[in-house]
Amino acid sequence: MQLADAIRPRLRINGHHHRVLARWQVGNRQLAQAVSLAVVAVVMIPIAYLVLGAVSAGQEGIDYLIRARTLRIVGNSISLMTAATLLATLIAVPFAWLTSRSDLPWRRAWLALGLAAMVIPSYLTAVTYTEAFGPKGVLQSLLEPFGVDRLPPIKGFAGATLTLTVVTFPYIVLPVRAALLHCDRSLEEAGQSLGLNRWGVFRQIILPQLRPALSAGMLMTALYCLSDFGAVAVMHFNAFTRAIFIQTESYRMDKASVLALLLVGMTLVLLLLHSRMQIRGRHYRVGVGASRHLELLPLGRWKAPALIFCASIVFLGVVIPLLVLFKWLLGHTLTNPIQVPLNLLIHNTVGVSAVSALVVTLAAFPLALLAARGATRFNRWLVNVAYAGNVLPGIVIALALVMFATQNMLSIYQTLPLLIIGYAIRYLPFSIGATESAFAQINPRYEEAARSLGLSPWAALARITVPLARGGILAGLALVFLNVMKELPTTLILRPIGFRTFATRIWSAYDEAFLSSVALPGLALILVSAFALAIILRREEAIS
Amino acid sequence: MSIQRLASLLLAAALCCFVVAPALGDDVLTVYSGRNESLIGPILAQFTEDTGIETEILYGGTSAVANQILTEGENSPADVFIAQDGGALGALAAADMLHKLPAATIARVANEAFVSPDGVWTGLSGRARVFVYSPESLDEHGLELPNSIHDLTGEEWRGLVGWAPANASFVSNVTAMRVLLGEEETAAWLAGMIANGVQAYPKNTPIVQATIDGEVVGGLVNHYYLFRFLAEDPDITATLHFFPAGDLGSLINAAGAAILKSTDQPYDALALVDYLLSDTAQAYFAQTTYEYPLVASVEPSVDLPALADIETPEIDLSDLADLQGTLTMIEESGALD
Repeated sequence: MQLADAIRPRLRINGHHHRVLARWQVGNRQLAQAVSLAVVAVVMIPIAYLVLGAVSAGQEGIDYLIRARTLRIVGNSISLMTAATLLATLIAVPFAWLTSRSDLPWRRAWLALGLAAMVIPSYLTAVTYTEAFGPKGVLQSLLEPFGVDRLPPIKGFAGATLTLTVVTFPYIVLPVRAALLHCDRSLEEAGQSLGLNRWGVFRQIILPQLRPALSAGMLMTALYCLSDFGAVAVMHFNAFTRAIFIQTESYRMDKASVLALLLVGMTLVLLLLHSRMQIRGRHYRVGVGASRHLELLPLGRWKAPALIFCASIVFLGVVIPLLVLFKWLLGHTLTNPIQVPLNLLIHNTVGVSAVSALVVTLAAFPLALLAARGATRFNRWLVNVAYAGNVLPGIVIALALVMFATQNMLSIYQTLPLLIIGYAIRYLPFSIGATESAFAQINPRYEEAARSLGLSPWAALARITVPLARGGILAGLALVFLNVMKELPTTLILRPIGFRTFATRIWSAYDEAFLSSVALPGLALILVSAFALAIILRREEAIS
Repeated sequence: MSIQRLASLLLAAALCCFVVAPALGDDVLTVYSGRNESLIGPILAQFTEDTGIETEILYGGTSAVANQILTEGENSPADVFIAQDGGALGALAAADMLHKLPAATIARVANEAFVSPDGVWTGLSGRARVFVYSPESLDEHGLELPNSIHDLTGEEWRGLVGWAPANASFVSNVTAMRVLLGEEETAAWLAGMIANGVQAYPKNTPIVQATIDGEVVGGLVNHYYLFRFLAEDPDITATLHFFPAGDLGSLINAAGAAILKSTDQPYDALALVDYLLSDTAQAYFAQTTYEYPLVASVEPSVDLPALADIETPEIDLSDLADLQGTLTMIEESGALD
């Protein structure tokens, strides 16, 4: 069970919550379990087909697995993940500190602009970087007067690392900043009174308190890097996802499954290592402590460098992508003979994302209920399997579903339902997590009181618990919506014939250098995503 | 905006998606196209407008789509396969998946080199492999035009050449090389190009763009992509070089079409193939995509050497069927890494 526990972020629930389930009528519990079981069965399909596909490769598969080229893919993925995660951490920690604990001017604006990098999908950031930093790109033309004729190619390791660093650093900023805001001030004061200087306080007192948040954020970044397809595909860096895509395109499903299984294995190893390294120490305050306002540290002569630092991050993450997209939109680029009306793209993208978000939220509901209210061994197992999406990159899910549909259910091959199932498996953890934590925050006594006043268990759930958990459920919904909208590899592989979304349009237009056809859907996607993210962040704000 | 209002908005959008989504009937002709939508999409739309036959079209790389049909086998929903090159069509012919075409359809094509010997596929438009280059960049680097694609492995071209290693036209070019020069020499050329820092692009158009931008001096492409750029900006100086003396870099190939044996709409499928060989469609290929029309009654529209004047290597297009073998060789060479 340790592996399964590692997949799933732990949530501490007070013991007394669990007893509610025992009072449910047996029939209701069984209903929740039955629905959960059905959802979990769907999640298991791709895993089963992946294993079958890899096994069918037989000896050939084993030879393929251990040849030098495959090992190089492993090396590529590991080095990309390591480099991007470390770089993202190096940027994220000072950025989080500056925007929460220093007297940096316009802190909230810097924070919002820095986090805005999250709404730009990795493939979009990557294509704009090829234009900005390419051998004859914008940067080179600015350096031309200084005698720089051409820059070294951005494609490859450098470009992939740069892109992933920029798009993932917000995933570290968010938890670290939250931890910084909740640090125990009295410890710092004690440190100072014992003669530590500012740096000493940071290193010896603040940093250790940040470790849980840092490790969670870094894990998320590392998982993102392993599963990301867009950046490595655009940057021609042969990490796992790109190699799997190439094999899938050539319909060599056995080789693709071997690679996919290896990738899933690596992800699991990463999670296991992470759970082993979890620091067992105590990071919360024991005493009540004196509550006091967080004191902002004056930056003094470091103010200018700090401003330059924040500005550079915002410039890389948001300004460059937007500038390049506007340049393509307004400048002269090759005209795409295929014009797709923007409203059709909006209709398809928003439509499929909304339906998927609803499907995922509904599927997550019984599982979240079991997780929060019914901690039997069997239920825990169900919920852990439902978290499989965390270790299955989109390309892997798509590959497995193609194998399943072509071999067994041709009627759903290349249909919207299959695409939505793909999204659901990938993003189910997001929704379960949000819904489960919302349930866990509600005192089960409210429900018990409603029951004692004569409501049936389901009525109590519907009239008491669900309305109270509404915020969390909707935040999960918005999170799934945001991610489905940006999703590329699953969409490319599972979409019905002729079905276009922002992501597929951007992808195919970039392939053929129709840059103005990249720009318009790109900008529209950023706008809609920013809107969804604003809602999620406002919700987080409300919680904290 | 409140979360409730967002939720109702999402719900409304979701309903829209399901209710408005067009129901797909069984009488829709399913076309699998290995040609880019930007090249073939407009004429397929014209076909529907002129004949009333509805189509749904899957676009993908030619090798990918051919492999997909091979994998789907008898279950393939595809009625018609449109390919970027004869090799992929040959691969399906070898698997006995193609319907024989009527003699009258085949007879439209003037040169029998561009139809299948068994009459199971027909060429639609001709194209030549060429070296697109920028004369300014060539001078700047003190280079001379290559006489053969083998020259491009020379040190003086280090990092200055572009190719699209996963593209079907390139794949069939490499297949031709395997047929004419053998496995060893082909693998050596691929390795030489990679060792020489060749720049990889996803498709042909970005190579032309990179040539215009000066990112590379030149690249291995099909002839027609440059004319798209010239049509929008006549001041572009990039130009085409045809490798002389039957060099493999000047392979002439044909985009083509075939009807799947498993089709349930053979008549509509044939109507589409005949339409693509009609004067209307052939004039479209000549004037809009700048390819070589293959029927005698339509002339090429841009200033190009006549097909017969290009010194192309002697090869039978149906011999280029070993798609998988070439894909494996390209992959093993490290070109896709």
